[in-house]
Amino acid sequence: MWIFDKTARRRHHDGHKGDGLPSRHDTAVESQRSGSREIKVVRRVLDANDMLAARNRELFAAKGIFTLNLMSSPGSGKTTLLEKSLARLMPDLRCAVIVGDICTTQDADRLAASGAPVVQINTDAFGGECHLAAHVIEKALTGINLDAVDLLIVENIGNLVCPAEFDIGEDRRVVVLSVTEGEDKPAKYPLMFRECDALLLNKIDLLPYLDYDTAKTLISIEQIHPGMPVFQLSAKSGEGLEDWLAWIRAQINAKKKAPSS
Amino acid sequence: MHEMGIAMEILDIVQASIPADMADVRVQRVNLKVGRLSAVIPDSLRFCFGVAADKTAAAGAALVIEEIDVAARCNDCHHEWTVETPVFLCPACNSGNTEMLSGRELEIVSIEIAEEEPPHVDL
Repeated sequence: MWIFDKTARRRHHDGHKGDGLPSRHDTAVESQRSGSREIKVVRRVLDANDMLAARNRELFAAKGIFTLNLMSSPGSGKTTLLEKSLARLMPDLRCAVIVGDICTTQDADRLAASGAPVVQINTDAFGGECHLAAHVIEKALTGINLDAVDLLIVENIGNLVCPAEFDIGEDRRVVVLSVTEGEDKPAKYPLMFRECDALLLNKIDLLPYLDYDTAKTLISIEQIHPGMPVFQLSAKSGEGLEDWLAWIRAQINAKKKAPSS
Repeated sequence: MHEMGIAMEILDIVQASIPADMADVRVQRVNLKVGRLSAVIPDSLRFCFGVAADKTAAAGAALVIEEIDVAARCNDCHHEWTVETPVFLCPACNSGNTEMLSGRELEIVSIEIAEEEPPHVDL
């Protein structure tokens, strides 16, 4: 967690001295024999997820599928953006969508109208999780004919924090930020904006009615993730959509040309 | 928000790290490294781990969290610095061609197990 206040950082430390002795907290454990045996572990906590993500990535590579992980806060317009994007991509690219929501199948119903196969994941079946993990994607893939897919788009749970931490095997991560959310979001959620490969600044059709300062967002992005591509667009009006779709096509072509591992 | 899931992953790794020949051991401490740019709140993680570890070998174990600073390096002028605010432009030459050296850690370094009781302690 990003905490700028040094005293707050110190407060987060455990308070145990690094002497290897059991603390008073643990007195129930053999306090009279104050020794303990340390066993080296040195493992990433999310090892299990990362291994499953690597397996997904291998499967995508074997099937020639390019995968996008689309993340944002709730209500940024991800589903509308996908509806419009699918309508323009579908003639020449075979698309499929995995949609994550805590509840309801409304997004899947909307996206299914595009003709693309859509798998809805409701995470309440997994304990109301706030993100999609690699094993959830692996399970969802069984509902899609992967031999008939060029582009898989995963619409992650609306949340600017947790999904950034979980690799699902995607090729590119894209964050959607709508202008109604305010200019400060990149600075407030730096991990998300560091981890993503492109930013879609959505709902620019609303700019005449807002005090939103686009320049501030662009400056903030340049500080947090220098060089990150930013696409200013309106999923509703279609303005700016072509540049974003051209980026997707360029990314797909780049993956096809890259030597497969 | 996802600290419970992470706590359960930690518990899995801790349980798998206890040597098979050590029965009925109690884990006293779990030593972790957490980067300051990871999406984990130490206090929430400790709370969740306490709940998840209940009635396991790690029940009551302390999660000792070493927070790792965010460090970055400039690929143009090779300046290295500690990132205190989310600004990844080089403070020396203002280049955006920089990379992170640390700050994304989420690792279990070690576990500490209480030494075994001698055979006859009860009087």
